[in-house]
Amino acid sequence: MAQLLKDGGVVADSWQTVDGDLVSLPTSGDLLLTLTQWHQLDAQLPQHSGNIGILLDTDTELEDIPSQCLELPLIAIAFTKFADGRGFSLARLLRERYNYRGELRATGDILRDQLYLLKGCGFNSFQLSGIDLAESAASLQDFSEAYQSSVEQPAPLFKRR
Amino acid sequence: MYRYDHLDQKIVDERVSQFRDQTQRYLAGEITEEQFLPLRLQNGLYVQRLAPMLRIAVPYGMLSSTQLRKLAEISRVYDKGYVHFTTRQNIQLNWPQLEQVPDILAELASVEMHAIQTSGNCIRNTTSDQFAGVTADEIEDPRPWCEIIRQWSTLHPEFAFLPRKFKIAVCGSEQDRAAFMFHDIGLQLVKNSDGELGFHVYVGGGLGRTPVIGSSIREFLPAQHLLTYLDAILRIYNRYGNRDNKYKARIKILVRAWTAEVFAQRVEAEWEHLKQGPSTLTDNEINRVKGFFTAPNYQSVDDQQLTRQVDALAADNPAFSRWLERNTRAQRQAGYVSVTLSLKPAGVAPGDVTDRQLEIIADLADRYSFGEVRSTHNQNIVLTDVIKSDLFELWQQSKATGLATPSIGTINDMICCPGGDYCSLANAKSIPVAEAIQRKFSDLDYVYDLGDLELNISGCMNACGHHHVGQIGILGVDKKGQEWYQIQLGGNAGKDASLAKVLGPSLSREAVTDGIEKVLDVYVENRLDEESFLSTYRRIGIDKFKERVYGPTS
Repeated sequence: MAQLLKDGGVVADSWQTVDGDLVSLPTSGDLLLTLTQWHQLDAQLPQHSGNIGILLDTDTELEDIPSQCLELPLIAIAFTKFADGRGFSLARLLRERYNYRGELRATGDILRDQLYLLKGCGFNSFQLSGIDLAESAASLQDFSEAYQSSVEQPAPLFKRR
Repeated sequence: MYRYDHLDQKIVDERVSQFRDQTQRYLAGEITEEQFLPLRLQNGLYVQRLAPMLRIAVPYGMLSSTQLRKLAEISRVYDKGYVHFTTRQNIQLNWPQLEQVPDILAELASVEMHAIQTSGNCIRNTTSDQFAGVTADEIEDPRPWCEIIRQWSTLHPEFAFLPRKFKIAVCGSEQDRAAFMFHDIGLQLVKNSDGELGFHVYVGGGLGRTPVIGSSIREFLPAQHLLTYLDAILRIYNRYGNRDNKYKARIKILVRAWTAEVFAQRVEAEWEHLKQGPSTLTDNEINRVKGFFTAPNYQSVDDQQLTRQVDALAADNPAFSRWLERNTRAQRQAGYVSVTLSLKPAGVAPGDVTDRQLEIIADLADRYSFGEVRSTHNQNIVLTDVIKSDLFELWQQSKATGLATPSIGTINDMICCPGGDYCSLANAKSIPVAEAIQRKFSDLDYVYDLGDLELNISGCMNACGHHHVGQIGILGVDKKGQEWYQIQLGGNAGKDASLAKVLGPSLSREAVTDGIEKVLDVYVENRLDEESFLSTYRRIGIDKFKERVYGPTS
């Protein structure tokens, strides 16, 4: 099973994505669906024995997604380019405006050196490929203080001085 | 000026460690070139034509004598013994070694300096007025607000990967010296009818390929809401700015596509959610930061007596008198003036200073200006709070160091980018053009007769030399591998902002100085009384200038 960083540690990733526009779902396992797949498979979802999560593009408008999605145990944001900063804002909106409390995962083209900032925007799991995860986890702690309000520390530094 | 506490210091120290680790992983091949690019840019490190270039942040232009001495040392140990002051009040090292950059950053951190976000698609150094705190036309000192913005923008978790670079300027006075109308966000400090402090907010100004004057989106933003409102603007830009084409990615393009009205509505709607949130400023914080920008220990003096003494010295010494006229400026504090040290002697690249000069500037600051100086967006250095009785001595000492060229505000005080001599983006050299103009117009009486005249030179359309807002602008262009120069007229960065218009076809480097001379002839022949170049140009129009430079149109 693949591994990822979650809540600061290396864990097994139980989630699998589903290729293409399947007519029927696998009956078990934790499935990470795109919004399109979610809509296509809407009727079958109640029969599925495992968990369902949703994979969002960075340009998603949160007003447009079904409200049930915000109850799912996993929302993943797919970065097609590491320089695509939209995913950072999207994560904050999910956490701070939509009060999403489940696992928020950064996936796709993300860099170890972005971990600290991604965490500040509310991500708590990170799918990084081709590098040592345990070593990379150190980058989550690149800074011990931040000036700004963040998801993990809503009070900006000026209120804590 | 602002001083770090242990928290500010910790953040900068941790940034040094982070970058040291990133550099090591890059050199070990664990990070690709493409991945390292934004990491190094966000720490001011470019790879240039001849060597890497490191841009060091000088927040809103403030520097202490300690910092100047450290910069001198760094330039001597890690570079070739000089530094360059930029049009964003920052400092560039032109010849550092990539491997040594983490050590340079550690040296900078030891004097409360850094290179954070001096490049890359993120929020850059906030700029302001070099005469903040001393100018008579001040509504409110902009520096505490710049510092509050500096802290908010430093390593902001949400806005490190914007569609494009993002620049903010704050203007605190009646007259604008920060070119705030040409910034992604321009903030004008204002007071409402109840005397409360706030900001008039402009967005979408900028130079570059598509020069645009900023649009007003909010006439009065109460000061405590500054950061939540900035968060709202940046979030809208971060989410909706163009990311497909870097030439269409600045906020000005989004504002134009949506219209300023729609952009303002979107920001206000976003702000509704953020207003009163945790980033709302507290009186405690505002007062804490203001406490760093208090008045120095002024002596109470007889201003008239000091003025008489200075006048007497000037009467006997025409060179001192010229310097007084061009390089000093009145302050609102009686008996004190601000002095501009010129970094534009002929034969030196505008904005370049040697290590030894930096140390002498530090000494002058300690002796005459309470240990502080300011860099200006015109690429000079200002010493504020100089008591009038010290002026003659300060003039002699700065003259001996080559820093007293009496040309501030004249055609020879041009803004000039590093150009093709250094920059890999440039289409043409700009430094030799600046030098040719300074040599051509070396007759000081003629230069003074022309009066205040801003001439700006950029080596390419990215406009680092602000050519669009020079009363006379020169733009280097590439024509079939040859360097040519376009003359533009009528730009102005101030509150009645205007963009320069192209005079005509571009000229060769040899012809451009003659072209400028003809433009000046038309001005001198047509001006009324004390009329400035800009007023004359606005009154008579471009055609008379065009005809003189290119001959009559048939």
